Amino acid sequence: MMTKAMVDTSAMPGWGVDADAENNPTWPMRQIDNQQTRGLSWQRPAQQHPHVEVLRSIEHNRLPAVIGTSTPPSGLSGAIRRYAFRRSESDWWHWLLLMGADRINVVEGVIEDLAHGKVPNIPAELGAKAEWKYNKKGFVLKAGTVLALGLGVAAMLRGGPRPDSAEEPAAPAEPATTMLPAPYWETPPVPAAPVVLIAPDIA
Amino acid sequence: MLAMNYRGPYRVRADERPMPRILHPEDAIVRVTRSCICGSDLHLYHGMVPDTRVGMTFGHEFCGTVEQVGAEVRNLNVGDHVLVPFNIACGKCHFCQQGLFGNCHESNAQATAVGGIYGYSHTAGGYDGGQAQYVRVPYADVGPMVIPDWMDPDDAVLLTDVVPTGYQAAEMGGIQPGDTVVVFGAGPVGLMAARSAWLFGASRVIVIDHVEYRLDFARVFGPAEVYNFREIDDMVVFLKKLTDSLGPDVCIDAVGGDAAGSAIQTLLGTKLKLEAGNAIALHWAINSVKKGGIVSIVGVYGPTGNIIPIGNVVNKGITIRANQASVKRLLPRLIDHIKNGHMNPKAMITHRVPLTDVADAYHIFAAKLDGCIKPVLLPNGL
Repeated sequence: MMTKAMVDTSAMPGWGVDADAENNPTWPMRQIDNQQTRGLSWQRPAQQHPHVEVLRSIEHNRLPAVIGTSTPPSGLSGAIRRYAFRRSESDWWHWLLLMGADRINVVEGVIEDLAHGKVPNIPAELGAKAEWKYNKKGFVLKAGTVLALGLGVAAMLRGGPRPDSAEEPAAPAEPATTMLPAPYWETPPVPAAPVVLIAPDIA
Repeated sequence: MLAMNYRGPYRVRADERPMPRILHPEDAIVRVTRSCICGSDLHLYHGMVPDTRVGMTFGHEFCGTVEQVGAEVRNLNVGDHVLVPFNIACGKCHFCQQGLFGNCHESNAQATAVGGIYGYSHTAGGYDGGQAQYVRVPYADVGPMVIPDWMDPDDAVLLTDVVPTGYQAAEMGGIQPGDTVVVFGAGPVGLMAARSAWLFGASRVIVIDHVEYRLDFARVFGPAEVYNFREIDDMVVFLKKLTDSLGPDVCIDAVGGDAAGSAIQTLLGTKLKLEAGNAIALHWAINSVKKGGIVSIVGVYGPTGNIIPIGNVVNKGITIRANQASVKRLLPRLIDHIKNGHMNPKAMITHRVPLTDVADAYHIFAAKLDGCIKPVLLPNGL
């Protein structure tokens, strides 16, 4: 299939006389001098048949011949992604919905780990070992800050009536609704990573 | 097999995963010998790229040996040591035929703006990447290239992205002999852009960053004049003063959405995600480049929008050129440059890390610890 010819350019006086490939601002990336036809005219590779759900941009008129099959959509985040793909790449909501789905997917990931009997080692995943090895000062500063914040929150949650208001009826304790994960800097340091520094060999 | 596993922003680990399979007759399976962490991976790592799903394996800069080939693969043999361009490209579509291998139309179902990229979110096709012991390589006759016997594999792995991206940044700048070129960003791509600018005939190359050890490296590797933007009150005025008040001929944005240097851009782009990242480097590039000059963008931004001074682009008559690098198109030229000693990419490699320590490698690179310029993962050992 060729792109539709809207006018007969062969009959147009002067058509193309100033065309200069090297004056094309996309030169040399856009090499079109050897193209016989334009448009959706190439011989397609064989079509890969997806064995998992693959979402498709509505700007595509067909599934590309080869597709990635990593991490198909699932759960609540998957439902949001499916909805997002009803909108085009030009629609801001398409991307904002996908970003929202990404955040929900993180929680789903923790639940998935736990469901498989695996407690994620979040400090290790955050690179705490490297932080301890190469940035002890920052490590201690962050740990102190988070510890202080944690103690502050804990004190607020546990706080009973103050001495000067002892006669006031105690407010019912607020139920804890969120279990905060332990910040990685509250765990003891682990042995240093076997990272090898290679001195740059500058020619 | 062991593979990197993304668990959410700032959280990665190495896990046992199923072996990749041939899913298309033009596929190959490659046993990875080296796999870099790219600055672009940090955009994923920081949660800035939409549709980055938990459980995905990153990695678009890798080389390795061919383990298995599909029925229609003709140019590769089992045992070949290949470098694999980060673009997944069919070689046949309208765009591949133009040499736009980063814009293949037959490799990314989820988006049309960009072609497929290994391990780079579902916005770039949803392919698992090469930070693993094995990886599926589609269109194996098109992208992968057998590494020449004389070439160091450390150079080869950098030819999959960093070197061609930096080189194309300079190429898109349309640099003419005698030009002054400013490169924003002293990461590996910025370093290669600075090095490449000389090959196109620049007479002055300036690199801007705020990480001192990287500026020190750029001073030697470029070689380039280097300036720390944290020590400069107004970047645009400073660059104008360096260039007779006219501005540099060419500005290269080798930073992308993970920039620093503007509180408002950081708030809107990095923290609130209301922009496609922090675009301050691009803002500086547009405002400082000479009237009629060229701004070349290879820094990665998200797919939404950014606040940039587009009115000044019009008023100054600036040409903006940008793309993902077309690795396959550039490889022959770049291999010649390495062979002739015009480039020494492997000098940028500072860290070699086993895949089991992938979380630490990401943290070291992202937090710029231990003088890190370029970390390489070794999924199958040395």
